[in-house]
Amino acid sequence: MTLATATNEHLANISNTLIYSSMAVYTLAFFAYIAEWLFGSRSKVGRTAAALTADTKAKGKAPAVTVNQGGSTAVLERPQVVVRSAAGARDVPDGPGAHGGDAQGDLYGRIAISLTVLAFLVELGGVIARAASVERAPWGNMYEFNITFSTVAVAVYLGLLALKKNVRWLGLFLVTTVLLDLGLAVTVLYTASDQLVPALHSYWLYIHVSTAIFCGAVFYVGAVATILYLFKDSYENKIATGGTPGRFANSVLDRLPASASLDKFAYRVNAAVFPLWTFTIIAGAIWAGDAWGRYWGWDPKETWSFITWVAYACYLHARATAGWKGRKAAYLAMLAFGCWLFNYYGVNIFVSGKHSYAGV
Amino acid sequence: MSKTAPDTPDASVGDQDLGAAGSQLSTAPVESAPNLPSLGVIGWARWFWRQLTSMRVALLLLLLVALGAIPGSLIPQTGTDATKVADFVKKNPTLGDVYDKLGLFHVYSSVWFSAIYILLFISLIGCIVPRTWQFVGQLRSRPPGAPKRLTRLPAYTTWRTGAEPEQVREAALTLLKKRHFRAHLAGDNVAAEKGYLREVGNLAFHIALIVMLTAFAWGQLFKSEGNKLVVEGDGFSNTLTQYDDFKSGNLFDTGDLVPLSFRLNKFTGTYETSGPNKGTPRLYQAALTYSEGAYGKDRKTLVKVNEPLEIGDAKVYLTAHGYAPLITVRDGKGKVVFHDAVALLPLDSNVTSTGVIKVLDGYRNAKGVSEQLGISAFFLPTYTTGSETASTFPALNNPVLNLTPYHGDLGVDSGIPQSVYQLDKSHVKDFKDAKGQELRKNLRPGQTMQLPNGAGSVTYEGTKQWANFQVVQQPASGWALGGALTAIFGLAASLFIQRRRVWVRAVRGDDGVTVVEMAGLGRSESAKVPEELGELAGVLYDQSPGTTADPGARGTARPAPTDSQPTNEQSEGSAK
Ligand code: HEM
Repeated sequence: MTLATATNEHLANISNTLIYSSMAVYTLAFFAYIAEWLFGSRSKVGRTAAALTADTKAKGKAPAVTVNQGGSTAVLERPQVVVRSAAGARDVPDGPGAHGGDAQGDLYGRIAISLTVLAFLVELGGVIARAASVERAPWGNMYEFNITFSTVAVAVYLGLLALKKNVRWLGLFLVTTVLLDLGLAVTVLYTASDQLVPALHSYWLYIHVSTAIFCGAVFYVGAVATILYLFKDSYENKIATGGTPGRFANSVLDRLPASASLDKFAYRVNAAVFPLWTFTIIAGAIWAGDAWGRYWGWDPKETWSFITWVAYACYLHARATAGWKGRKAAYLAMLAFGCWLFNYYGVNIFVSGKHSYAGV
Repeated sequence: MSKTAPDTPDASVGDQDLGAAGSQLSTAPVESAPNLPSLGVIGWARWFWRQLTSMRVALLLLLLVALGAIPGSLIPQTGTDATKVADFVKKNPTLGDVYDKLGLFHVYSSVWFSAIYILLFISLIGCIVPRTWQFVGQLRSRPPGAPKRLTRLPAYTTWRTGAEPEQVREAALTLLKKRHFRAHLAGDNVAAEKGYLREVGNLAFHIALIVMLTAFAWGQLFKSEGNKLVVEGDGFSNTLTQYDDFKSGNLFDTGDLVPLSFRLNKFTGTYETSGPNKGTPRLYQAALTYSEGAYGKDRKTLVKVNEPLEIGDAKVYLTAHGYAPLITVRDGKGKVVFHDAVALLPLDSNVTSTGVIKVLDGYRNAKGVSEQLGISAFFLPTYTTGSETASTFPALNNPVLNLTPYHGDLGVDSGIPQSVYQLDKSHVKDFKDAKGQELRKNLRPGQTMQLPNGAGSVTYEGTKQWANFQVVQQPASGWALGGALTAIFGLAASLFIQRRRVWVRAVRGDDGVTVVEMAGLGRSESAKVPEELGELAGVLYDQSPGTTADPGARGTARPAPTDSQPTNEQSEGSAK
């Protein structure tokens, strides 16, 4: 670290303190989420099993019909819309969420969310202080990237909550990984405030990197939902074929949304951000065109962005065309997210700079 | 569609149930089971074509493109760094040989990678053409009429009303048209469809991919890229011989060079003077006078790092800069034999620079004998006592030029190409100072170094700057950008717009009361379809309110479709 003035040093210290504080608050939130799950499990639910066994018995009788209560209930005398699910779909209701319908569990859940909001604000302050201390955008190295990334991922989660989407179940999984991410950042990846590699300043760079981080955060939320989908789907399959899942699975998975809902959520999240990811790559190409005189040069970062893009396109195609729905498509989504992760971590660590074949 | 279809959840909304109503809600090709052809060459060709343009193979090719791109990111590539490739081959001769045979040192122009993307390209075209025709057909025909049993649709509602059926249908038609549905009266029902932009977007996206790929390939083939270092006050005109180095695509022709010329008037660099980013460039800019074409008018412009000068297909980038001390060399008689700015190459981010001043002819030594002079130069734009070997700041704060003169034969005529920045010392001798040491001296601007025994002098007059310009011509990049933007918008339309159908059927029931049924169908299951249907139903319901004896609002308790319905599906089929 060269020649940092006292103010910069001071700001950097403030930033570090804030980041550590946010980790402390995230830890509290983590325990609150755990409490939500623990208290929630007291009330035995077993909805999935009930629905699935009822479903098999009811086969051949009345069509599976659920009445849509949204919206039209306000005017009682108006006709109600009847919704049918598609052919072959299991009619499993969404789980009640981590609190399992238990009031105390719900209370802990709410405390956990409040703590997450607090931790998010503290972390955001840390990121901003860091940016101020280095007098540039906070994504000059992997430490800064990690703290910005987890902040944005939590922001996406809180944003979805604010939009009244059914995503409370994400809380524990998200906060756990945010803690891991921050732990990695402050121990292994920590870099004192330093200069940006004499980067070529361009607003395209800022557009490009900020959308990239946002896309990553959203893809990440999609990936968590996909993993949970895979677990929940196996769980439902097991019950539907007459198996008895373990107690842990019963307790945890039963409270998650139905596999179909998780799958749909993951798809929506990934599909919604895919155009932005496309834009991110194009913005990068425009910037490269202005800065280096070529818009595409197959440099490893460019290549892996492209690979990630193609992998997500594969996933969307698989969903849009019959035959590859469900688990197969979910594996593709995981693969695509794996490419994204590799682009951000792998390419930096293994393929960076002059040693593009070192370490492989 | 048969009335005996079992009413089970498993067979609820299959296309076979919905007949024409459920068909063509997208232009996705129908997957047919691969059955082996038996028809000779044409049969095989057709089979191959069908396979190639099937979604399954398209998916496979997409995956292969992704997989194929991986090795290029892990193995050094000749296109980006040839020396690294050479290094690799030296270290791993056998592996290098294998890689070379497989084209792994130039993955993105290798046969196999090209094969994958060309196949994908063909598959894409083979997919788009029929889909476009199909879509045009859908636009020219009208949305199909309601299937007999609307209850089978994913969203359904019904009520009984005192209004006449015709009235209800009229109201529904007006309402749907007002909501920008394509709607028409189809017998006892109104059929409507919306969201065609989804298909437009999807086709536009796929076509844009083709445009982008073509533009990229075109750009690679006809591209050219050359570098030229220009000292302040000097000029450049765009011909092959003027470049310091030049690369071009396979189909490039020198006649393709855009006629242009420019002169570098002034280079300005400013740097952060304090804080953690001290020394970081804040601004690089080159003031140019340029002209287009052979006889163009002179114009002035500023070229900055991210803001190239664009003339036609050519872009002039500012890629590097450095210092060029202005040197005057006099011979023993005091005659000026050299007067020029000599560009030095920067060694670090504080622009510590080195280079050579070469006086090739005109110089005579003290004895009047013709000789060549070579003067090694080492330059610090900001000299700080205590740090004599490197500059401490990139700007010209306290410039010092360190010179070491040599005389003799520089070997430039030996036929071996020589760098202008390096001195071949095999046939030269140094000068000795009074103490018998090798002569070397630090000069500040305006100072002169005397060569011993009346051999002449070297004066450091002042400092000019130089800038390196990269002139790039990559035709069709406008097309690539246009394609990219279209792709984004097409994609957004394709992913965010729902294509859906709504039917409103109004018929007189057995008891003489009008029964209204509404149903909605989306391409995929979506919460939006029932929501929208509920809203439309609400509006229509207010116009044709339910009767008091309304058994409606119960999806299952509705009157069965009466036999008096016209066979609307057939009548619709002929609406094209
Ligand atoms: C260059 C590679 C390609 C990319 C990146 C790509 C990407 C996409 C994307 C992102 C979608 C939207 C998916 C959705 O609606 O959820 C899509 C849809 C579609 N693609 Fe491609 N595609 C490519 C090549 C192809 C090829 C070769 C075919 C034909 C064989 C094809 C046929 C289709 C069809 C039929 C749809 C729309 C299906 C529907 O309407 O639901 N695509 N594509």
